[in-house]
Amino acid sequence: MELVFKGRVWKFGDNINTDFIIPGRYKFKAYRIEDMLPHIFEDIRPEFSRNVRKGDIIVAGRNFGCGSSREHAPRLLKLAGISVVIAKSFARIFFRNAINIGLPVIVHEELPEIVKDGDIVVVDLAKGVVSCPSRNYTSRFKPYPKFIMDILTSGGIVEYVKLRGLRL
Amino acid sequence: MPLTLSEKILSNATGRRVSPGEIVIVNVDYVYAHDGTAPLAIQVLTEELKCERVFNPSKVLFVIDHASPSPRVENSKLHMLMREFARKHGIKLYDVGYGICHQVVIDECIVKPGMVIVGADSHTTTLGALGAFATGIGSTDTAIAILTGKVWLRVPESIRIVLEGDIPNYITGKDIILYIIGFMGADGAVYKAVEFQGSSLKQLGIDDRLTISNMTVEMGAKVGLFPVDNVTVKFYEDRGVKVKRLEPDSKAEYVDEVIVDLSTLEPQIAIPPNIDNVKSVSEVEGVEVDQVFIGSCTNGRLSDLEIVAKIMKDRRVKEGVRCIVIPASRRIYLQALRKGIIEILLRAGCIICPPTCGPCVGAHMGLLGPGEVAVSTSNRNFPGRMGDKSSKVYIASPLVAAVSAVEGRICDPRSYLR
Ligand code: SF4
Repeated sequence: MELVFKGRVWKFGDNINTDFIIPGRYKFKAYRIEDMLPHIFEDIRPEFSRNVRKGDIIVAGRNFGCGSSREHAPRLLKLAGISVVIAKSFARIFFRNAINIGLPVIVHEELPEIVKDGDIVVVDLAKGVVSCPSRNYTSRFKPYPKFIMDILTSGGIVEYVKLRGLRL
Repeated sequence: MPLTLSEKILSNATGRRVSPGEIVIVNVDYVYAHDGTAPLAIQVLTEELKCERVFNPSKVLFVIDHASPSPRVENSKLHMLMREFARKHGIKLYDVGYGICHQVVIDECIVKPGMVIVGADSHTTTLGALGAFATGIGSTDTAIAILTGKVWLRVPESIRIVLEGDIPNYITGKDIILYIIGFMGADGAVYKAVEFQGSSLKQLGIDDRLTISNMTVEMGAKVGLFPVDNVTVKFYEDRGVKVKRLEPDSKAEYVDEVIVDLSTLEPQIAIPPNIDNVKSVSEVEGVEVDQVFIGSCTNGRLSDLEIVAKIMKDRRVKEGVRCIVIPASRRIYLQALRKGIIEILLRAGCIICPPTCGPCVGAHMGLLGPGEVAVSTSNRNFPGRMGDKSSKVYIASPLVAAVSAVEGRICDPRSYLR
């Protein structure tokens, strides 16, 4: 997996819960996760599913992904093409779900205050650096512990476990 | 080094001393999933992991509780997928009618103090009330845990919440946890273990503790733990199970401490659309309601139904209000039936549904229409949770819910208890 990402920002506020990412009503209607893709962020950003491009980056406020343990939420973001999610803080189940499926999630207090929709943000996972060149902004973040980095570079915990012959 | 409760349990599970911040891989005592999360876990197991054999089927449980009985063909297909996988691998499946997963594992005496339990549902924290390190995980986590018997966890820092003072008769576990969430905020305990202590604990029964632990996740907590004290030991004794006391070391380190005086607390209510938007019920008295829901893994237990029956006896649900009551499990339903509670509620005009999550998650059995207002004893009130996104859900205790159903508007229960 690559460790440097460059993408266009979708900006969100605080407490974006898993129901905002994918409304519960679709969870109970759809049999396969792909069927839910057109409804992602439907209640709060209806244009998202039409306009999202591969490599885009979500930048949000506090407690991103709170609410249910619905793994459909990070899976759909990844499926929609989102490469990284940066937030002031994450709900813990969303955080671990994202790591497990190989979607990098980064905690950063300052960046969400600085960037706007459509800005280009660059993330270097290995070095622990985020930047927004158009706003002349560069900052560091705490790199992941080795175990989490290993899961991410394997492409998710399923691949990680497969590589190790079902050992964790 | 003295240990907090969660450090004790995780140290025990890993066989060495663990400290906050480190990532550990632990053997789980049980892993469970429901019809909202198991299907994706099964898909990961069969399609991505090509699973032929699960690690230990006796440690895996499936419960069909969310869309149960099935309201749609899509759900029926997912239920079939679960049944087939469970049959093939010898996994115990609690089918439609047993109740809500977090209650079923209590009813069946599966959860015991000191265990590490993971559930594919955020409210797995409920079981912390019984002194188990129980936390919610996702579907891929669940697949890995089913396959390997293990899960990775970051050892959490702990926050101590000390409950002090005499608990007034109108204050329930729900008021206590709502007050704490209002104070801490919806992200006030993210990644942290919350531990309850203090002199009020001896007055706090298991049902109230379960409500409190259940909702610790609404402030982001990983676990919400109660010590295993005489109240817990007695709870297990009544079920013919012997358990030992389990308490944190007296000098254990906490990153934060909150002291709550319960003697002056007023009945609490969370105002839509946020769970941390908490006020005293007296501040919102008079708001007219269309529906009242009493149930869910937060407040669908026997003592909850008892309180409601006490209010409803010789009274009636206000004309024009729908009062839906759902016991959290078949066992609770039966107990309520034997005690005459179900008859009191039916006579009062309540609607009794079979044990299920029901309208709590907006799956079926009482979805709200546009602009409708509900008082609910469940745990989440964000837009669209229980139906149309313009509907409004106030979260409160069964006591507040019951008097509001009788009055047809939000009402402070204290006048009813005088
Ligand atoms: S009752 Fe509600 S909160 Fe509890 S498990 Fe069911 S859907 Fe989730």
